[in-house]
Amino acid sequence: MKADNYIKIEFPSRSVNEGFARAAAAAFAAQLDPTMDELGDIKTAVSEAVTNCIVHAYPDSIGRVTLRLRIIDGGTLEISVKDAGRGIADVAKAREPLFTTGGEERSGMGFTIMESFTDSLRVRSAPGRGTTVTMRRAIARRE
Amino acid sequence: MQITADYRSGRLVIRLAGELDHHSARAALEEVERLLDDYLPRDAVLDLAGLTFMDSAGIALILRTERHMRRTGGRACVSNPAKQPLRVLDAAGIDRMIPVRGGLRP
Ligand SMILES: Nc1ncnc2c1ncn2[C@@H]1O[C@H](COP(=O)(O)OP(=O)(O)OP(=O)(O)O)[C@@H](O)[C@H]1O
Ligand SMILES: [Mg+2]
Repeated sequence: MKADNYIKIEFPSRSVNEGFARAAAAAFAAQLDPTMDELGDIKTAVSEAVTNCIVHAYPDSIGRVTLRLRIIDGGTLEISVKDAGRGIADVAKAREPLFTTGGEERSGMGFTIMESFTDSLRVRSAPGRGTTVTMRRAIARRE
Repeated sequence: MQITADYRSGRLVIRLAGELDHHSARAALEEVERLLDDYLPRDAVLDLAGLTFMDSAGIALILRTERHMRRTGGRACVSNPAKQPLRVLDAAGIDRMIPVRGGLRP
């Protein structure tokens, strides 16, 4: 699988960067000529993954978030969001709809939304070491 | 994000505009709670027509509003979501918990 183009952005886990990460992903994806709906899906998936780093990975501190985007096979966007934070003990449980450790302000729908807005979602995590979420989304070719 | 409200005979329309994410959610939640406490409406309508982006932070705000209204004996609904917010509402299955009116269904 060859990567045709890629970027890597690092930023501190400050909530003001959520909007920046979405906009950066949309700008990079633009070269695949996505529809407005596809752009909306990409921004939503990025927003969920980045927010999870800010809220859950580094609950009481500011840590590093790495957003990687690459284009593979000419028409698929791969999004990877990595933190070096708290990690997830039980990934299968965390991915269940409505599961949250975040209380009243969270709905536990982040992973469910990421899953329904992308073609694949992989979560690699180790407690105390961090989490990497990798999503792929094919962008339909337009004539 | 911006929040404005209109109250008439028991019905409070809360209009959300801009981008609703975790970054803007805390201030939005406080403002919505304040409006509900000030007007004590029978019906609360969250009008999403002006929302250009929403993620799961919006789901949490909607569910909080619904719980608040149920606790105080009223009702809540969501109206006029644009496409991206509507896709998020659908992915979360929100219409099983609160009515969604109007908006662009793809
Ligand atoms: N990067 C991460 N680091 C540590 N824990 C995480 C991370 N991402 C997710 N989690 C854990 O997985 C749970 C589920 O995440 P998910 O995004 O589905 O819901 P949420 O963030 O709790 O709520 P919502 O996304 O609806 O605001 C979180 O409550 C948290 O316990
Ligand atoms: Mg989340």
